[in-house]
Amino acid sequence: MSGVLKSREALLVAVIAALLAVIASRFPSFVTPGNLARVLNDTAPLIILAVGQALVILTRCIDLSVAANLALTGMVCAMLNVAMPGLPVAAILALAMTMGACLGALNGLLVWKLSIPPIVVTLGTMTIFRGLIFVISDGTWINAHQMSPAFTGFPRTVILGLPVLAWIALAVAALFLLVVARAPLGRAFYAVGGNPHAAVYAGLNVGRTQFWAFVISGTLAGLTGYLWVARYSIAYVDIAGGFELEVVAACVIGGISIAGGAGTVLGAVLGALFLGIVKNALPVVGISPFWQLAISGSAIVIAVAFNARARRAKGRIILRRAEAAP
Amino acid sequence: MLQTAPHPADAAAAPRPATAPVLRLAGVSKSFPGVKALSGVSLELFAGQVTALVGENGAGKSTVVKILTGIYRPDAGGIEVAGSPVRFAAARDAAAAGITAIHQETVLFDELSVAENIFLGHAPRGRFGLIDRPAMRREAAAILARIGARIDPRMPLKDLGIASRHLVAIARALSVDARVVIMDEPTAALSQTEIEELYDLVERLKAEGRAILFISHKFDEVFRIADRYTVFRDGEHVGSGLIAEVSEDDLVRMMVGRSVDQIFPARAHRIGDEVLRVRDFCHATEFDRIGFTLRRGEVLGFYGLVGAGRSELMQAVFGITRPASGTVEVDGRPVTIRAPGDAIAAGIVYVPEDRGKQGTVAGLPIFQNVTLPSLSRTSRNGFLRLAREFALARQYAGRLDLRAAALDQDVGNLSGGNQQKVVIAKWLATKPRVIILDEPTKGIDIGSKAAVHAFMAELAAEGLAVVMVSSEIPEVLGMSDRVIVMREGLIAAELSGADLTPETLVRHAAGIGAAQGAAT
Repeated sequence: MSGVLKSREALLVAVIAALLAVIASRFPSFVTPGNLARVLNDTAPLIILAVGQALVILTRCIDLSVAANLALTGMVCAMLNVAMPGLPVAAILALAMTMGACLGALNGLLVWKLSIPPIVVTLGTMTIFRGLIFVISDGTWINAHQMSPAFTGFPRTVILGLPVLAWIALAVAALFLLVVARAPLGRAFYAVGGNPHAAVYAGLNVGRTQFWAFVISGTLAGLTGYLWVARYSIAYVDIAGGFELEVVAACVIGGISIAGGAGTVLGAVLGALFLGIVKNALPVVGISPFWQLAISGSAIVIAVAFNARARRAKGRIILRRAEAAP
Repeated sequence: MLQTAPHPADAAAAPRPATAPVLRLAGVSKSFPGVKALSGVSLELFAGQVTALVGENGAGKSTVVKILTGIYRPDAGGIEVAGSPVRFAAARDAAAAGITAIHQETVLFDELSVAENIFLGHAPRGRFGLIDRPAMRREAAAILARIGARIDPRMPLKDLGIASRHLVAIARALSVDARVVIMDEPTAALSQTEIEELYDLVERLKAEGRAILFISHKFDEVFRIADRYTVFRDGEHVGSGLIAEVSEDDLVRMMVGRSVDQIFPARAHRIGDEVLRVRDFCHATEFDRIGFTLRRGEVLGFYGLVGAGRSELMQAVFGITRPASGTVEVDGRPVTIRAPGDAIAAGIVYVPEDRGKQGTVAGLPIFQNVTLPSLSRTSRNGFLRLAREFALARQYAGRLDLRAAALDQDVGNLSGGNQQKVVIAKWLATKPRVIILDEPTKGIDIGSKAAVHAFMAELAAEGLAVVMVSSEIPEVLGMSDRVIVMREGLIAAELSGADLTPETLVRHAAGIGAAQGAAT
């Protein structure tokens, strides 16, 4: 039992289940399949970005530019749609991911080649990206009526009871669960974040590994950019403002260590789901949505305290009686 | 604040025949898990005299410094300052008793001014308990003038060169009224003229009646400035006395003469063809004109003092750093090594000295640590094959007699010796031609040491070429077919056969005159 609870993922599943049970006892309608699907769909952008962010944090970096990347790519997609309404969604998807990847690569190159601390790099590019949106859009909004139905319809198309947006989040999560568990690059993320010195000696290129983490994070941010703009049918300078902090919060709650090298993609997904459920449940329960910030904040602090405890408990057991006792 | 005791400055200026020591250690012992660092050592320091503490790497010199400065507490034995026993619960107590140390790598603060660095933690206070900056600057200038340093106390530390920083560190040590000054290899980072200035400073401190503990590997400076000597060997006190009554040969003998209580494995000396040739390796600051060859089945020892450039050379061979010039040939073919990956591909692997920092990735399970450099061999179509990874890890864990509950256990929970085995397993799993072991047995227990030695012999017998960087003379002598001694970034000697004696190693490493072998 204690072994199961030791795993952060199992703990989160238990917390989420308990949370749902408490809400369901008062508001049974919240846990109907339809509503849960809606919650999942609402949380999809957070899940996609948290997966990318998790990889970046695993390598001891952080990507604060994801939300700005999302907004810039989203604006470009929307403007393209206005200019060329006939462009197929597949092309827009490819373009969004390519553009996001390039923005992520910019972060990665600055971290890799110029050795600038990631928090500084991405704080800078975050501001640059937001500024660029203003430059290209002149600060104007692009509204639903300017977008083509195919453009806005894609993420909302329902397949097997779930919208495409939610399916994409699940696919991204599954893909990167696999990559992290079974691809050499995934192993490199852990090694580089866990001990960069040892990684160098093992023949890994630390900078290049971090670069790829940024490229993946950027690609996912670009993908989310199109999905976000299409789903909400609006593009303007400030969309997803401050969303990067929610993404980092999801990772931290999910057990990704800010010090790098520890945590799992599944944890980040569960962290995102937790935040998504809280966010969606508050209005239902009748608590002001402004409480959501306080609750997310408390969850982060508790999660970090848990992370620290887990690390402390890892010390070697020297006393014989301590080994028998716990 | 200080206990009342005869103030050192009252003492006569010139070194005089010692009466009572200012500081005395008697029967001090200190153990760490698995290692006995000091056993019953004694040490006496006298006012107005320089006592040189000499001994091989690992003789216990640094441990003594840490005990004297209150960082470690001794397990047994006592410290006396000016005849009365003291007990240091923390570094502050040692400072209050007038003991101050200038460390090898001094801790200073780049963004603070020279005066602030000197007085950090004990700055002169003015009204309301605020720092009296003019007074601090004045006093800093006075101390700097006293040690003959021409440094403006208002300058930020980051604008100073290494030598000036060193002077600031000394000024900091003297800003508390110190009757005992410990200098731990103070000349290691200095150029020749700076060393001369340091000697002048030492003379000045002597004249002020301070007792100085001077730790050095360099015999020339020991004979130049010390009045007395104390020799440690393997954590034990071997001898002490007046420098005037001892010769270099005596000191060398005291440092190395030991009963051989370690058994080294018998070696099959089947030395084959040349595998590795390093030609003319040069680096701007760390080593120059290094060339050596290595054959199959050979163990080549690299001996030298800490800081002789051995690890730096090996890191360049392995591609961690880039040499300014030089080539590497494997099996007679030149190879280009730009990064460790190239070296690994060429069959050269490097087991670093600092296991925790450079060896294992704590948090990853054992088997993933083992396969980290071999991921291309354990994956197919871009996907890792866990079964193959486990098989590889199990194979080498078995060979190295790794003691672990399970291979998916976190490597961070293993003992030091077992972590070292994981690191070695990791490299063997790449099937190398040449393995470079940097201090392979440093800080591990005797049992694991013997296992590592036996394993090295086995590897050599299988035809692997081994480079062993080691600062332990018995290990170098016991394991190597041939030894290269490095001193200050250069090859000082290449020794084999009858030339391989403890005395020749120490002489070449310390740069003692014409190194003739057996001094009888």
